[in-house]
Amino acid sequence: MLDRRELMKRAGLAALATSFGSATALALDTVTLPFDNGERPLVKYPQKRPMIGLTSRPPQLETPFSIFNDGAITPNDAFFVRYHLADVPLNIDPDKFTLEIKGKVDRPIKLSLKELKKLPAIELVAVNQCSGNSRGFSNPRVAGGQLANGAMGNARWRGVPLKAVLDKAGVRQGARQATFGGMDGPVSDTTPDFVKALDIDHARDGEVMLAYGMNGDDLPVLNGFPLRLIVPGYYGTYWVKHLNEITVIDSVFDGFWMKTAYRIPDTPCGCVEPGTAPKATIPINRFTVRSFITSVTDGAKLKPGGTTLKGIAFDGGKGIKEVAVSLDGGNSWTPAKLAKDLGKYSFREWKLPVKFSAGNHELKVRATNNAGDTQPAEPSWNPAGYLRNVIETVRVTAA
Amino acid sequence: MTRCSLFALLLAFAAVAGLALGSVTAAPVSYTLPEETAAFRPGPNLEAVQNNCTGCHSADYINTQPRGPKFKKDFWQAEVTKMIKLYGARIDDADVGRIVDYLAATY
Repeated sequence: MLDRRELMKRAGLAALATSFGSATALALDTVTLPFDNGERPLVKYPQKRPMIGLTSRPPQLETPFSIFNDGAITPNDAFFVRYHLADVPLNIDPDKFTLEIKGKVDRPIKLSLKELKKLPAIELVAVNQCSGNSRGFSNPRVAGGQLANGAMGNARWRGVPLKAVLDKAGVRQGARQATFGGMDGPVSDTTPDFVKALDIDHARDGEVMLAYGMNGDDLPVLNGFPLRLIVPGYYGTYWVKHLNEITVIDSVFDGFWMKTAYRIPDTPCGCVEPGTAPKATIPINRFTVRSFITSVTDGAKLKPGGTTLKGIAFDGGKGIKEVAVSLDGGNSWTPAKLAKDLGKYSFREWKLPVKFSAGNHELKVRATNNAGDTQPAEPSWNPAGYLRNVIETVRVTAA
Repeated sequence: MTRCSLFALLLAFAAVAGLALGSVTAAPVSYTLPEETAAFRPGPNLEAVQNNCTGCHSADYINTQPRGPKFKKDFWQAEVTKMIKLYGARIDDADVGRIVDYLAATY
């Protein structure tokens, strides 16, 4: 963890600085998410367009859902923000930034951002989704960040494979995991710092990457500038922001954020009977399969006749095989046309021309991935409100 | 022109050159978070909440939680216990009951 005061001092000494700031909080308006106590301010942060404000300290911002109808890529200024701890790094000198790789390695190293950028770069389009995305829809409701469906986004990440950096340091025999820490930290020294871990084989799979670029630009500050971990197909909790410390260990990491937090029931569905506690838990891992209709919103009034429904689908990395749409509440299903494939970790856009007669219509969308995994008709439940992937329903009226 | 001011002038040129080249040296980034607007609702023992909770997080962490009969004393007791046991909040024993009472009565 880089010392915050040191960072501020360095920033103060610098002759040139890029400043992102607004003098006052701008609550532009409010939005009401579709669950009880869902009223939220629409807030304007530097480098961001108006976002749904969940919390201000530490900041948590949700993407307005209409953004997902604009394309498969989520713009940087609309990408969701999730911090756990309030000591957020606000003064960052990319020329002084280093990533340290230590622990069970032959050659502990520190790499500057320039050195990282000199390594052969890779690009990957991948969805980042918060573990708590859609928690507000849990029934029964559960404690935690009460999000609708906007704590997800899809970006083209540019950086280097984590494997390249680990190979440079030389992972020793017997290594079991790598842990990842960022520059953000707790306010109190009694609060566990945010540290995550991946099994060493996963860390070296060539796909897990260290990203400095996002959609052709630097990472926005609140999305982890200047470097973050990208763990394709895995929930956002592993995508450590402001990443500056990697430690290779020969044990299974037992820090709070792995051992106690971000756990799911150790059952095939990751779920339990609503309102009950799981017997055993495991760390949350890959995304469940999800799909959304983005071109019409629940409760919309349409003109009878022809229109094209549009939306997105994604999964934990098998890739989307099929998206089917129902216009009659799930009685009959029609396959949608899948748009361009940007990679197995990306949002996959879909389209379907449809005709609505006058009256009420219950629209549903269901995706299936290349492993045959699909979405349940009824929501499953777990105590933390994770993994939601029920078939989504949008009710519209044509008149 | 003194040597000192010549040096300053050279520095200024270097700064302009750095700006023009852009990517040669990345500029330090300074980010200002907007001011907090969320506030706790008025209620009995509000002071205990302000003294113990706001050091680590803003009021919207509480304001946005689910409401209703199942989210009263037991729910808030569990949340306060979680803050102490898991997140290391240093809360005097005497304040724990006050905080739970405030939350259960106000939200």
